[in-house]
Amino acid sequence: MSFLTTHILTLILFLPVLGALVLLFLPGTQVRLIRWLAFGLSLIPFALSLAAWAQFNPTITGFQFEENIPWYPAINSFYHLGIDGISLTMLLLTTLLTPLAILASFSITDRIKAYMMLFLFLETGMLGVFLSLDLLLFFVFWEVGLVPMYFLINQWGGVNRNYASLKFILFTMAGSLGLLLAIQMLGVVAGTYDLPALMIKWTALSGSLFGLPVGTVKAIAFWAFVIAFAIKVPIWPFHTWLPDAHTEAPTGASMLLAGVLLKLGAYGFLRLVLPLYPVESQRFAGPLAAFATMGIIFGALGALGQTDFKRLVAYSSISHMGFVILGIAAAAWAAGTDTARMAMNGAVLQMINHGLSAAGMFFLVGVLYERTHTRDLRAYGGLFALVPVYGGILLFTAMGSLGLPGLGGFVSEFLVVRAAWQVFTYAVILSMIGLFFTGAYILKALKAVLHGPLNDIWVGHLSEINPREIAVIAPLMVLMLIIGFWPSWILDVINRTVSALF
Amino acid sequence: MHIPFLSIIIAIPLIAGLAILLLPKEQKQAVKLVALAASGLTFFLSVWVYFSYNITKAGYQFVEKVAWVPGFGISYYVGVDGFSVPLVLLAGVVLLCGVLVSWGIEDRPREFYAFLMFLGTSVFGVFASLDLFELFFFFELAVFPKYLMIAVWGSPKTREYGAMKLTLYLFIGSVVALVGALAMFFSSGKLTFDMLVLEQTGFPLAFQHLWFPVVFLGFAVLGGLFPFHNWAPDGHVAAPTAVSMLLAGVEMKVGAFAALRVAIMLLPEGAKYWAPWILGLATVNVVYGAAIAMVQTDIKYVIGFSSVSHMGLVMIGFASLNRDGLMGAGMQMFSHGIMTALFFSVVGMVYDRAHTREINALGGLFKKIPWAAIGFIIAGLVSMGMPGFSGFVAEFPIFMGVWRVQPWVAIIAVLGVIITAAYIFRLITRVFFGDIPPELDASVSDITIKDKVVVGLLATLMVALGLFPTLMVPMLQSGVDHIMRLLGGA
Repeated sequence: MSFLTTHILTLILFLPVLGALVLLFLPGTQVRLIRWLAFGLSLIPFALSLAAWAQFNPTITGFQFEENIPWYPAINSFYHLGIDGISLTMLLLTTLLTPLAILASFSITDRIKAYMMLFLFLETGMLGVFLSLDLLLFFVFWEVGLVPMYFLINQWGGVNRNYASLKFILFTMAGSLGLLLAIQMLGVVAGTYDLPALMIKWTALSGSLFGLPVGTVKAIAFWAFVIAFAIKVPIWPFHTWLPDAHTEAPTGASMLLAGVLLKLGAYGFLRLVLPLYPVESQRFAGPLAAFATMGIIFGALGALGQTDFKRLVAYSSISHMGFVILGIAAAAWAAGTDTARMAMNGAVLQMINHGLSAAGMFFLVGVLYERTHTRDLRAYGGLFALVPVYGGILLFTAMGSLGLPGLGGFVSEFLVVRAAWQVFTYAVILSMIGLFFTGAYILKALKAVLHGPLNDIWVGHLSEINPREIAVIAPLMVLMLIIGFWPSWILDVINRTVSALF
Repeated sequence: MHIPFLSIIIAIPLIAGLAILLLPKEQKQAVKLVALAASGLTFFLSVWVYFSYNITKAGYQFVEKVAWVPGFGISYYVGVDGFSVPLVLLAGVVLLCGVLVSWGIEDRPREFYAFLMFLGTSVFGVFASLDLFELFFFFELAVFPKYLMIAVWGSPKTREYGAMKLTLYLFIGSVVALVGALAMFFSSGKLTFDMLVLEQTGFPLAFQHLWFPVVFLGFAVLGGLFPFHNWAPDGHVAAPTAVSMLLAGVEMKVGAFAALRVAIMLLPEGAKYWAPWILGLATVNVVYGAAIAMVQTDIKYVIGFSSVSHMGLVMIGFASLNRDGLMGAGMQMFSHGIMTALFFSVVGMVYDRAHTREINALGGLFKKIPWAAIGFIIAGLVSMGMPGFSGFVAEFPIFMGVWRVQPWVAIIAVLGVIITAAYIFRLITRVFFGDIPPELDASVSDITIKDKVVVGLLATLMVALGLFPTLMVPMLQSGVDHIMRLLGGA
């Protein structure tokens, strides 16, 4: 039992890979077995994360469940894991969404074994980013997660999957180059990759480096980090890979892409950029807020202009993630004040809420697509009459995404806007334009799908959402509702960490 | 009892090669079995040496010394340190894999396998040599097997051109290096080719500045340094599969190793003086090699140019002349050797079945040869420096090393990484996924069990090293310590 408690993070991290190896030895023809086994195996990390949450002591600042053994001692890199309030919530989000995405993928029939194995590899990649407390280890998991996602899009995607998958991986890898160089430079200068140590050593650095003033070097390294994470979030104008990747990805992969992968970028800001570059973050918070605002507005406008349902949801992700970045920028600007803490709470909560609502929306688009084989909004119409349960669920999830009071999105966007108002008043005012268009595109989509005259071709061809699909969406809906009405249970966990960090 | 492991490793392929030549021509099966037994035994012994090398003791171990031509200070002197042990293992692995993938050869297998064995003796000999003359002896021993194997068993269109080009390039390179070596022999005044003595000589500064580029470039031709890399892609493409594997996987490391062992370690002041120039050339290697690989239409040329690109990183690691850089270069030599052997073996498997290497004529092969495809994908991930695989743990310290001396090189060379990712993904999706051309659908069959052993062994090594770099790092560090002492660093 002591192994379980002292190595709980390692277990959570590597159980998915072990699961994938178990699947490897099953015959590919045992489709049902593989599906259920993959689902069951992905529930174990979730159960362990819940256990970690139960044992997590929110009154302690700093990292818990730490594990630290040498990994690559020659260059001072360690297998150092640990979680605080921010990573705990991300851990829960990831381990919850992965089984749901696997359950949503039960309709996949082509090479199910390889598909499920890639999913489990992907889970380990994502979890590693959230759990790492070593900069090099962080980068390892950051990159490793790309490979399974590339193959999921490239092999199980839509018509333009080759283009979309290559764009996805090249954008992200190109962004990672600067990050890679900056990480190497930090390691060379500070002589360690350990994050807690770097936060002290690197920030305290003064004098000159490579013949340049330290301030200049730090500013360059800051932008190298920011661009890498900005591409992943994605922040306008680095967002163009996202709609393509989402449109082509299979439903389950889209759920994780929007639900977790985008959060990796935002998490990079929280875990690395703000602690390692407090001065530069404050200095460049203005431009960051401007980009975030552009993302909010253009994401919403872009969504409004789409006729493809899935592309519409993809653009809405850009808009919603803009609020996360706005919150982070506001926190960086007002570092050390209550405003900063509020903004940071809002940003982290928005990450969770968007993870729930975007995963839900992509899933519901997928449910409809499987039945109609089209995502063209103009081809639907009046489907409420045919599939009332599905209609109700879609309405609920869409409202969660819209930020309707009473559902999760409202709380977090309110916190961000409320905090950012004090530092970036104009950005907030402009972002409200974005919110207006958010309402417009959500309603446009709902109208096109559910209301209006019934498109007769679907009569008799459209089946109601089935119990398995309800099982996927129900946990997401419940969480949206709980967070909407009673956010404090999760905000408490976030707030303690945020107060200690910023 | 003192068992001369290194001499046994060097001698086994030689004896096996001679034995094979003595077998009657019709005994094809016997030829293959002798080659397999010999390469299996050397593989086992190289693993043995790897694990019984004492890292805490460090220094040269398994040393044997016998006077050879005492009048000229030439001796048969072998020994391995932490830097060369991984290379001996590399040669052992690749030689065995080369024998296994050539199993289907129909055309004069007797001579083919005999020459392959001689090539094995040559590379083991270079990695283990502690005598400069002996090193040259083994270095040159490879010339004729290489030439003949490419010219006779190579791909019909380009084999004569490729073989001639390769031989001339390498011959000129080694002659130039030999002149430098003789200059060292006479200048030292000690009348010995013993490298452990020569490295303590402390040649005059002017001598080092003058002769370092001669010796270094002479060997670096075989290491594929720009602008002397031109033989490599043509040679690799013209060569039969097993020879491509050994050429790119081991022979290029022989060149790099000799450049390090002779030029950098014996003329350390020269190395310091010329390091910025080498960094410049090697950076061109990395980026230019990757860019040229990007536009190739023949898979084998893609891999050939990617080797040029990756060997540039080895040279960058050398020229950074510090711990991280040298250690990374050692890792990269091993990692790249295994990776490129896997690449060429899979390309060979594809070519044997599809009879074409044109990227556009291929497609959808994953369904037909899944093992080979997965092996190729893993090699591709290693090639692009994906974390979790051996390429990353090798390239990362190289970059750290060069950050300490010349940050611009790191910033430019990293472009090679993204270009590599682009051409590797392009290659993987075009060749192994998408629609399979109908004529291939009918003709391509799965790879043999021996091929699977090769793919599995090589892929496992790369993953294991990527996840657990400490399997090799402490050993390399002990070797790097010795080099650093010669360079005057602590």
